Amino acid sequence: MLSVRDLTVSLGPERAPVDIVAGVSFGLARGEILGLVGESGCGKSMTSLAVMGLLPQPGPRVRAGQVLLDGSDVTQLQPWQRVEAGHGRMAMIFQEPMTSLNPVRRIGDQITEAVQVHERLAGAAALARARELLELVRMPDPGMQLSAYPHQLSGGQRQRVMIAIALACRPQVLIADEPTTALDVTIQVQILGLLRELCNRLDMAILFITHDMGVIAQLADRVAVMYAGRIVETAPVGALFEAPRHPYTSGLMDCMPSRNSGARRLPTIAGQPPKPSRVAAGCVFAPRCASVREACRLATPPRAEVAQGHEVLCAFPLNGGGLP
Amino acid sequence: MSGDVILDIRDLKVSFTARRAGRKRRVQAVDGVSLSLAEGEVLGIVGESGCGKTTVGRSIVGLARPDSGSVAFRGAEMIGAARSSLREMRLNVRMVFQDPYASLNPRRTIGDAVAEAGDINGFFKSRAERSAAIAATLTAVGLDPSFAARFPYELSGGQRQRVGIARAILPTPSIVIADEPVSALDVSVQAQVLNLMMDLREELRLSMLFISHDLAVIGQISSRVAVMYMGRIMEQAPTRTILDHPLHPYTISLMAAVPKPDPSKRILGAIETGEPPSQFNRPAGCVFAPRCPLASNRCRGDVPELRPVGDGRVVACHNI
Repeated sequence: MLSVRDLTVSLGPERAPVDIVAGVSFGLARGEILGLVGESGCGKSMTSLAVMGLLPQPGPRVRAGQVLLDGSDVTQLQPWQRVEAGHGRMAMIFQEPMTSLNPVRRIGDQITEAVQVHERLAGAAALARARELLELVRMPDPGMQLSAYPHQLSGGQRQRVMIAIALACRPQVLIADEPTTALDVTIQVQILGLLRELCNRLDMAILFITHDMGVIAQLADRVAVMYAGRIVETAPVGALFEAPRHPYTSGLMDCMPSRNSGARRLPTIAGQPPKPSRVAAGCVFAPRCASVREACRLATPPRAEVAQGHEVLCAFPLNGGGLP
Repeated sequence: MSGDVILDIRDLKVSFTARRAGRKRRVQAVDGVSLSLAEGEVLGIVGESGCGKTTVGRSIVGLARPDSGSVAFRGAEMIGAARSSLREMRLNVRMVFQDPYASLNPRRTIGDAVAEAGDINGFFKSRAERSAAIAATLTAVGLDPSFAARFPYELSGGQRQRVGIARAILPTPSIVIADEPVSALDVSVQAQVLNLMMDLREELRLSMLFISHDLAVIGQISSRVAVMYMGRIMEQAPTRTILDHPLHPYTISLMAAVPKPDPSKRILGAIETGEPPSQFNRPAGCVFAPRCPLASNRCRGDVPELRPVGDGRVVACHNI
C-alpha cells in the first residue's frame, strides 16, 4: 500500500549535498506494523518526515526517490495538496504530545477541527464524531474530556488525544515517531496495546519509529534497522531477534542490559556513528564493525536476501546459526 | 557487601508547594522513606516519573530541603548541620545528573568543570597539581587529557556524561548519587557508560545510590533495589530476588510493563491498567490501591507498613 523507493534526503547546497537519508526503501502492507529502529541521528525521524511531506522548510529536501501511496508519488506534493488530491490518508503522531496540542484550546475543539477538515462535518455532528474518536482510543470518560484543556490531562491521555486527531482522517497509514518514549513503562504498554488494537480493527498500517528494541520486539511485525541514513537489515520480527544477520543489529542487541542479566560487563559497540558529511567509502559500519574485512572498506556492500523477507546490507552477513 | 552503614536515611519526608487554580497546594513528593547504604554497595532506586526517587537523591546532597527525617553520613547528621561541617560531607557525597547537556556550563572548559569541587574547597596546592589531577581524572573516565581545554558543545552525549562522572570523582568521594545517568544516552553508549561506572566503583571503592526508571539498567549495576511509587517504598530486596520473584503488586505490574526484547511476548491488543492518581489527591490508604488488582477495603483505608518477609526483603502490602 505504501512503498518507499530509494528515498534520499539531503542537506546543504545542490552541488555538494550531504545525504542524511541515503537510498531508503521499504514497503508497508495493510494491517501491518513496521518498526523502524535506530539510534539518535541515524535518520529515522527524517525518513518519517519525508514520507509524510513534513520536512522542515527551509532545510532538508527529498533529493531522489519516491514515496508511493496507493501507486501515486506524493514526494512533490505539499500536505494540503495531498488532502485535495485524496492522498491525505496518512497521519502522524509525535513523541511529545504537549508540543503538538494547542494549550489554550479545549480537546474537543482540537479534534473537531481535524474532523471538519477531513469529513466536512460541522457543529453537533463533528462533536459527536470527536467523541466517537475519543472512545476509539479508549479515553476514560470521553464526554467530560471533550471540554478539558491539554494541561488537565496526563501524558498518556494526551497521547491518546493525538491518536484520536490522527484518526480523524481515517488514515490508511499512521506514522508514529517515538510516541511512547516520554511515557512511563506502565503507561507505554497501554499505548502500545492501543496501537495494536487500532491496527487490527481499522486495518491500518503503522510505521513505528523507535530506538527501543524491546518495544520493537513486542509490537512490530517486521523490522527495519537503520544506521547512518541507511537501512542495514530488514526482517520479520521473529527472525531478526532469533538470529540478526547484520553485525550492527547483533551489536545493538548484545549491549541491551535486559539481554545480559548477571553479566559482569556489557558488550559495547566501539566508536561512534559517522557524521553524515564524513561517510567514508565502503560500508558505513566498517569503522565500528567487529567482523570487518578488507573488502568492506573498499566497496559498498550489496543488499543480500539471506532468507525469505530477510535482507541485509552487508558483504559478509553473520551466520544465521543452526537452523536454515 | 555486608559492610558498615555509610549512609542512613530515616523517615525522610519532602514536600513542595505547587500553585493550582490560583491556590497553593502541598505536594508530598517523598512520604516517609528509610534507606541504608552499606560501604561499597550499589543500591538502586527504581520507579516511574513523579515517584520521588530524584527528590530522595537531591535531599541527600542538600539540593532539596526535607520537612522531616534524617540523613546521616557515617553517623553524622547532614540535615540542619552547620555549613563548616557540611563541607567535608559534601565532598564525600557527590552527584551525577541525568542530562549531560544541561548540567555543564557551556562557557566553561571541561577542565574547569571537572576541577570545580576541588577549586571551591582549596584542594589543589598548585596549578601543576591541579592540571595533573584533571588529566588523571579524565583518563580515569576514558577521555583523553586534551579534553580539558575543550568546551561542552564539542562533545557527544556519551563524552559529556563521562565528564559528568569525572566532576563527581575529583576529589574521590565515598558515595556517588547517580540520578538517571544513562537515561539520555543511546543503548550502545549506555553500555559503555555503565561499564565505566562499574569499573570506577571497584577501583575507587565507591558506594553508590543509583536512581533510574529502567529496571534492566538497575538490574545490571545494583546489588539491592528499592521500588518507589508515589513517594513511598513499596518493596526492597536484593536485586536478583526482586527480578526473579517480585512480590509487591506494583513491582509485578512494573516488570510486566517493561518491553522485553523477546518477540514471543508480543502485545496483541488493548491493555488497561490505569494511571497513577493525581499528586494533589493522594489515596488515604495504600497509594497503589486504586490500580491494584488485589486491593481490599483495608488497602483503601490503612497505609501498609514496610515489613520483612524473609530472604532480605521488605514489602509494604497488606496482602502478602
